[in-house]
Amino acid sequence: MNRRDSVLNIGVLALQGAFIEHSKILKQLGATVVEVRKPEQLTHLDGLIIPGGESTSIGLIAERWGLIEPLREWVQAGKPIWGICAGMVLLAERAEGQKAGGQPLLGGLDITVNRNYFGRQVDSFEMLLDTPKIPALGDGTELCSAIFIRAPVITAIGQGVEPLASLSAADGGKLIVAVRQGSILATAFHPELTADIRWHQLFLDMVCGQYRNPAPA
Amino acid sequence: MIVAKQHISNIDSAVKGTFEVKAGLAQMLKGGVIMDVVTAEQACIAEESGACAVMALERVPADIRKDGGVARMSDPVMIKRIIAAVTIPVMAKVRIGHFVEAQILQALGVDCIDESEVLTPADEEHHINKTKFLVPFVCGCRNLGEALRRIAEGAVMIRTKGEAGTGNVVEAVRHARSVNGAIRQLQNMDEDEMFAFAKENRAPYNLVVQTAKLGRLPVVNFAAGGIATPADAALMMQLGMDGVFVGSGIFKSGDPAKRARAIVQAVTHFNDPGILAEVSTDLGDPMVGINIDTLLEQEKISQRGW
Repeated sequence: MNRRDSVLNIGVLALQGAFIEHSKILKQLGATVVEVRKPEQLTHLDGLIIPGGESTSIGLIAERWGLIEPLREWVQAGKPIWGICAGMVLLAERAEGQKAGGQPLLGGLDITVNRNYFGRQVDSFEMLLDTPKIPALGDGTELCSAIFIRAPVITAIGQGVEPLASLSAADGGKLIVAVRQGSILATAFHPELTADIRWHQLFLDMVCGQYRNPAPA
Repeated sequence: MIVAKQHISNIDSAVKGTFEVKAGLAQMLKGGVIMDVVTAEQACIAEESGACAVMALERVPADIRKDGGVARMSDPVMIKRIIAAVTIPVMAKVRIGHFVEAQILQALGVDCIDESEVLTPADEEHHINKTKFLVPFVCGCRNLGEALRRIAEGAVMIRTKGEAGTGNVVEAVRHARSVNGAIRQLQNMDEDEMFAFAKENRAPYNLVVQTAKLGRLPVVNFAAGGIATPADAALMMQLGMDGVFVGSGIFKSGDPAKRARAIVQAVTHFNDPGILAEVSTDLGDPMVGINIDTLLEQEKISQRGW
């Protein structure tokens, strides 16, 4: 595992969606960024981001260029990966609300997601989110600005999955919107659309192996 | 295994329809292809090919040209059918200035409204006040002044007008070069010159300054109007566009599914001539197309909008 004193090489899957926003923030944090469009671009990377976009588009384009298996191997090897919105859907073991005939998923993250849980774009929203006490995110009292665009929600999590942020549901239950499982991070919202770089810092910390959870059983 | 204490934020504090939320949708569409579809079946073909959104309309621009008459917002029943058929975002068009058509589309749950010159304008002076809506709007432009006027009215996404329904990319190229060329000029201007630029181009001064600072439009900018081949799409991407609309180019071609897939791949790999060669191969007949200089002035759609 790379240490922080060497420059981190972070890949951003650049098939479709908001990948440039991530590249900018990662560079600001001192990482070297590789836009990944082909399997061979995955070599020599320390971490990988699957950005927001349309999960069906990203999945179908990944399938066309033989990226699905290499990405699955990446996840199974326990290499650090962060899925945002569409990226979270792709990483999920189970997805509700897929297109007719289903869509290609990578899996590996033991959660069930519900695509477009909140409804259509007119129901998209932003809000301030409570965050847990994690070094990159603060002491557990700091809020973070979160933008939800036709966002998914996590409706069930497996044993080794740690919820990082949740919303209260209308029925009094909770809607999980950020989780961590081993070296996998997933958020339903878009830190890259805000000036808040703490989630990127958290991911880079995970890449450095400094704050990794015990691997799930 | 719960390490951190449970943090549950109250969803009642959520705010809808802000600039960030609306512009954010457009940002998620980047690097993608938005396809015109007239039926639920076409919408499924588009989704299956990797389109990042579909534009639901009754007639593609090529048919609007051929048929003539007044072109209006589509019947809600076909928009509802398309919304039900796919999981990707669904857009639809309203006439320039027709804010009631826009209210109807917002009520139908359309994800983004195109205030479009392709339909017959409803107002020859005013565009829709798009800041009043929760739903995001995309608008066409031929030059930077027009783009910034639309952004001032609340558009969160811009596209070139091109010349819709012709299958001829020349006007889209002209408009993309015009916008990006003007931005490059702006970046070399001092404040005095920017005031003059804002005046001459009828653009709000604050947006002129913001654009100069960013070195690009403050919102996502797609190519549209005449894109018919994977090479056309990659050309527009290499000219600095964020993504591509394809109107008549797909479903007026010989093999729509294959051409749709090829254009999607071309937008992802727009800088890779090897892949562009591969995806351009054996696509069947493209749409026939129209040479712009054979069009009469009144037949040019791109001149609508003020």
